Amino acid sequence: MTDAEIRALILELICDIAPEADPASARDQDDLREIFDLDSMDFANLIVAIHDRTKIAIPEADYNKLFTLAGATAYVREALARSAARAR
Amino acid sequence: MPALGADMEAGTLVEWLVKPGDRVKSGDVIAVVETQKGAIEVEVFAEGVVSDILIPVGERVPVGTVLAQIDGAGGAPRPVEPAIVAPKPAPQALAVAPPRPTVAPQVSRRKITPAARRRAAALNLDLETIVKGTGVEGSVRLADVETAAGVVRPAPPLTRRGLDLSQMRQAIAAAMSRSKREIPHYYLAETVDLHLSLTWLEAFNADRPPIERILPAVLFLKAAALALREQSKLNGAYENGVFLPAAGIHVGWAIALRGGGLIAPAIRDTDNKTLTELMAAMRDLVERARRGNLRSSEITSPTITVTSVGDRGAESVTGVIYPPQVAIVGFGRVVARPWVVDGRIENRPLVTVSLAADHRVTDGHLGGLYLAAIARLLQEPEKL
Amino acid sequence: MNAPEPTLTPNRMTYREACKQALREALLSDPRVFLMGEDIGRYGGCYAVTKGLLEEFGEERIRDTPLSESAFVGAGVGAAMAGMRPIVEIMTVNFSLLALDQILNNAVTIPHMSGGQFAIPLVIRMATGGGRRVAAQHSRSLEGWYAHIPGLRVLTPATVEDARFMLKGALADPNPVIIFEHVMLYNMEGDFPSDMKEVDIARAKVRRAGRDVSLITYGGSLFKTLQAADALSSEGIDAEVIDLRTLRPLDTKTIIDSVARTRRCVIIDEGWRSGSISAEVGMRIAEEAFFELDAPLRRVCSREAPIPYAAHLEDACLPQAATIVAVARELVRPS
Repeated sequence: MTDAEIRALILELICDIAPEADPASARDQDDLREIFDLDSMDFANLIVAIHDRTKIAIPEADYNKLFTLAGATAYVREALARSAARAR
Repeated sequence: MPALGADMEAGTLVEWLVKPGDRVKSGDVIAVVETQKGAIEVEVFAEGVVSDILIPVGERVPVGTVLAQIDGAGGAPRPVEPAIVAPKPAPQALAVAPPRPTVAPQVSRRKITPAARRRAAALNLDLETIVKGTGVEGSVRLADVETAAGVVRPAPPLTRRGLDLSQMRQAIAAAMSRSKREIPHYYLAETVDLHLSLTWLEAFNADRPPIERILPAVLFLKAAALALREQSKLNGAYENGVFLPAAGIHVGWAIALRGGGLIAPAIRDTDNKTLTELMAAMRDLVERARRGNLRSSEITSPTITVTSVGDRGAESVTGVIYPPQVAIVGFGRVVARPWVVDGRIENRPLVTVSLAADHRVTDGHLGGLYLAAIARLLQEPEKL
Repeated sequence: MNAPEPTLTPNRMTYREACKQALREALLSDPRVFLMGEDIGRYGGCYAVTKGLLEEFGEERIRDTPLSESAFVGAGVGAAMAGMRPIVEIMTVNFSLLALDQILNNAVTIPHMSGGQFAIPLVIRMATGGGRRVAAQHSRSLEGWYAHIPGLRVLTPATVEDARFMLKGALADPNPVIIFEHVMLYNMEGDFPSDMKEVDIARAKVRRAGRDVSLITYGGSLFKTLQAADALSSEGIDAEVIDLRTLRPLDTKTIIDSVARTRRCVIIDEGWRSGSISAEVGMRIAEEAFFELDAPLRRVCSREAPIPYAAHLEDACLPQAATIVAVARELVRPS
């Protein structure tokens, strides 16, 4: 997946949790929980959704790397790259 | 029509999920009702066969109105007020039908209301041009004349279905005002060291996929529920001057709805559920609450309420008791603070737990014991 | 037979308390005023309206009477003729049947037959209506019968404000006045401005302004009609609610003004419909507002049967908000 596709996927999953959210308003360095008003249950559900769609492992210790859009996109990209590398 | 809240006076029947002839058993959802708190699924607590549906879809009826008849009913008593049979709303039963003229009506004569006739004359409109009337008994009425003459009137506002947040806000306002008017609240707080709980939680979650991980709030909920076994006077209802301790512990979990709005549906038998079960129940409730898809028993059965602000809320929260409950427990945000451990200052994760309770039923001593119990339970997370 | 509600604040009280304060005000302000009735003194009143008045005003002014409506209403007629201002309580309208001769043949007719030489400034208070599960002989609404009689003023306070202040207007009338207090209203709480001193007893009132249909009612049916109006508004139907307040004389102007605007009307009357006050109101609308009407006239009355004893049957017999909603809806949005 390209970075643009990962970014779009994350925003799509956020919109499932926060239907009234405006994805276009998210800037890369914003804290997703702040701008989309996600509480701990919402964020946990987002992690579950990302895991279900991408199949990557996201240990709890890594959660803080996914607080921003840029961070989440990078994290998913690297995790996908690692699992692709392992598959070869 | 069940009372799905202390202040509910009427509800609108929006969907029937059974029809005459269907067999139902206790716990089946048979209808969906629209209230100020959104659409609630109504469960039935009798066994039998549905014989009559008495209230049609779209009808708004007072609490206590009989909605349907079930034959061969027995089983658990229904947790609603005794039914008051509303007269069937079929107009011919109670509205006075105009007496039929004894003279045979002229077949060609159309029914046109006096007001319509006059308006048609004023607009120079030939009434013959109006083919069909929308008035009572097919009469041609003012609106038909105006439509035919091209006069446009604004349509009346349509009813909103689904979750109406302004209605919910009114319901919350009514309940909270009543609570503050009638319930003498007292307030206590306790700071709890979560070092052991969160360390244990980290290890628990590390081995599990995201869907099985549990949030700290689940530990809070379980601890609050288990502590009620020690202080049962905080678990129940105060009505008509008497406190009735509840048989089970069904914690109402406060859920903030997106866009404003608050609801606290019950998690049944909270103290007997495992942490994993509680996380799943919490997740399910949040999702259904936001969709406006809760069940009537979830709305009416909480025996106490617990509210947790999560990781982005204030350091402490002290709630307003939701009548007829007698207590509300609040968990603030987990913060890292200096804490004295064995005479040394250490960085510890702390949470402030608050209790607001009904002073007619309990006092600060008992409330303090309750909070101490929660604090103690959170030091042994593996036993939760 | 409930314990009286305490007065809550100076301006918020129960209907029962308002009735009592009205009586107190009358007793304090005019030495000619005295009360007569069954159980009003030592017992404090069947509905606890007069509780405490005997202790405050004494046996001369708060008179317990024997169980004979004809006798004590007749005594009231005589006292009024002699210049007193008696307020006679007949426990319920059902028992007033025993005093009909006194009311109709004496109280109402003596001023006429004496060529005006005698005025009969008699006020009679009666409880009325059903809903208390006290069965056929104790649950009727016969206000309409009394509204039929020329020479009588018939008042039906349905709010705490009217319960508090209509008595004063009634006492000022030199002719006999009957005040009907619906039994289901005594526990109702309400408020009124602290500087209010009196009310107009000759006018109906618009309790809720609306556009689509006029719901005309009085007495114990007012709160059900207001509930129905609320329910209708959630369906987008804007109902106007008129509280008649006086059944004789009827404030025809308010009624006609309302129906002329909304063009549709439902009359809610707890009496039986045949020959009732709803028939009178409907006929006046037909006489004076025929060309304004955009739909037939409708009414919701008690079923034509003795009022039942069993709760569910009584509820099925008396007008209910759900029925009012259904009838009004059918007028505005015919199916």
